Amino acid sequence: MINEKPTLKSTGKALLYLLPMLVITITFSIYPIINSLLMSFYKDYNFYTDKVGSWGLDNFVYLWNDPDFHLAVRNTLIFVAGVVPITVVLSLIIALLLNQTKWVSGLFRTVYFLPFVTSTVAIAMVWNWIYQPDYGLMNYFLGLVGVHPIDWLNDPHYSLLALIIMTIWKDLGFNIILFLVGLNNIDAGYYRAAEIDGANAWQRFWNVTIPMISPITFLVSVNGVIGSFKVFDQIFALFQGKPGPGKADLTIVYYLYEKFYTEYKYPIAAASGVVLFGLILLVTLVQLWYSRKHVHY
Amino acid sequence: MAKRLSRVLLYLIVILGGITMLMPFLWMVSTSLKTAPETIKVPPLWIPKVFQWGNYAKAFDAAPFARYFVNSVIVTVATTVGQLFTSILAAFAFARLQFYGKNLLFLIFLGTMMIPGEMLIIPNFVTLSKLSLIDTYGALIIPWLASFFTVFTLRQTFQSTPDQIYYAAKIDGASDWKYLWTVLVPMSKSTITAVTVLQVIGSWNAFMWPLIVTNSETMRTLPVGLQAFTTDAGTQYQLLMAASTFVILPMVIVYIFLQKYIIAGISKAGLKG
Repeated sequence: MINEKPTLKSTGKALLYLLPMLVITITFSIYPIINSLLMSFYKDYNFYTDKVGSWGLDNFVYLWNDPDFHLAVRNTLIFVAGVVPITVVLSLIIALLLNQTKWVSGLFRTVYFLPFVTSTVAIAMVWNWIYQPDYGLMNYFLGLVGVHPIDWLNDPHYSLLALIIMTIWKDLGFNIILFLVGLNNIDAGYYRAAEIDGANAWQRFWNVTIPMISPITFLVSVNGVIGSFKVFDQIFALFQGKPGPGKADLTIVYYLYEKFYTEYKYPIAAASGVVLFGLILLVTLVQLWYSRKHVHY
Repeated sequence: MAKRLSRVLLYLIVILGGITMLMPFLWMVSTSLKTAPETIKVPPLWIPKVFQWGNYAKAFDAAPFARYFVNSVIVTVATTVGQLFTSILAAFAFARLQFYGKNLLFLIFLGTMMIPGEMLIIPNFVTLSKLSLIDTYGALIIPWLASFFTVFTLRQTFQSTPDQIYYAAKIDGASDWKYLWTVLVPMSKSTITAVTVLQVIGSWNAFMWPLIVTNSETMRTLPVGLQAFTTDAGTQYQLLMAASTFVILPMVIVYIFLQKYIIAGISKAGLKG
């Protein structure tokens, strides 16, 4: 690299190059982050004049006592716990299978990845139709194996499951691509060495593939957790502008949206955003701590 | 023999899995070509007797989809081009120029990438209201004209370009500006294509932000318009599926032609990020 020291002149020039990006990021990312944090402590906020009466923890107390917010956190956690592990395991299995079937893997990689490029709203319409209780495909297939029709989108016991199934279907492709790259990067020498040492296929999988792929598994899990915590579009589209039957699919971001957009309670919405960030940070740190012990770089 | 059998089984699973993944798409297209009575046949009818291509025209006229389409194209193109421009400049500064506070600034940007975008919605909505930009193209485009993800990816590519090329260009009398646009950008074509395609897909499919900042029908993008259409269409699934098909189709075409770049982009960004 270049070893030149920065000077006032070179700094000025760099600033010119950075300027367009800086203007946008400061206005629409950095300032809002600070503003959002501050707003979560607003008390007696006047929405029309944008004036703050006083400051305090009231918004967080409100969240703490709001059963809807409890429900939103609970549903979000169930959603994350339902989507992430299954997606990670399933996409690793599919990637391993595709890796073994080289001559069709190109075609099937395309197929598995297709949901990733499609509009969430449009494909949620399709799933809405698939979940239709009387004429939908889901109940038709389940009926073939003797399962009674389920009212997927109107029965609060099943609506979160319906959302989870659709999300897994949509997220698989992205993870499969990353796992395939990881599998291709494993040096074949490790497998040969293991074979010489008399390891069978199963032992090679546990002692070579799993440790070698662990950085990808970690990446995919962290990505999955962050993305799943923020679920919104699917819910809005699948349940046509409602958070599921009897709020069974109310998540944190949906809660934020309702407080902000339909109830105009900006400070409470901002506080729920802060809680969302806190939860994501917490889970990511736990994953990071776990990876220190179990991920092999 | 056992080995042969397990190979067959392997292919069978892969093919079955592939069909499962494709099923919603096939079902969508199949339904979009049915008559209303055919959509509620039990057991389901896989291939309609006569293809009802008219459903597409009917769906297209049932809501201002032409307008939604134009809006989506305008927003996607403007966002992508603008973001690419600001990102190329910033990535060049980070990769090649020396300035005070470079590392600090880079760290701050990395930090902002950790913040969920949903936290920014309220202040951004307030800012755009004050600028009277709500329900205009401005609100749909301006906040997305910078992306640190794109800057980060481009910076990696710019940094991997050998220094000698830069110095050779300097000796030939090229300014930094000229070097950036006539040497560095053409050399980084594949990365730029990859981030562009990912950006196009993201903009085209964006939902929450356009939903919040548009009020009038004439400003809606395709996903928001499609969502509104469901209330009007009710249970006319053949029309709904036709509308879903033409929202999805453009990105499927982009994907099929530029698949190589998308996958390279995801692997690169994913593995380094």
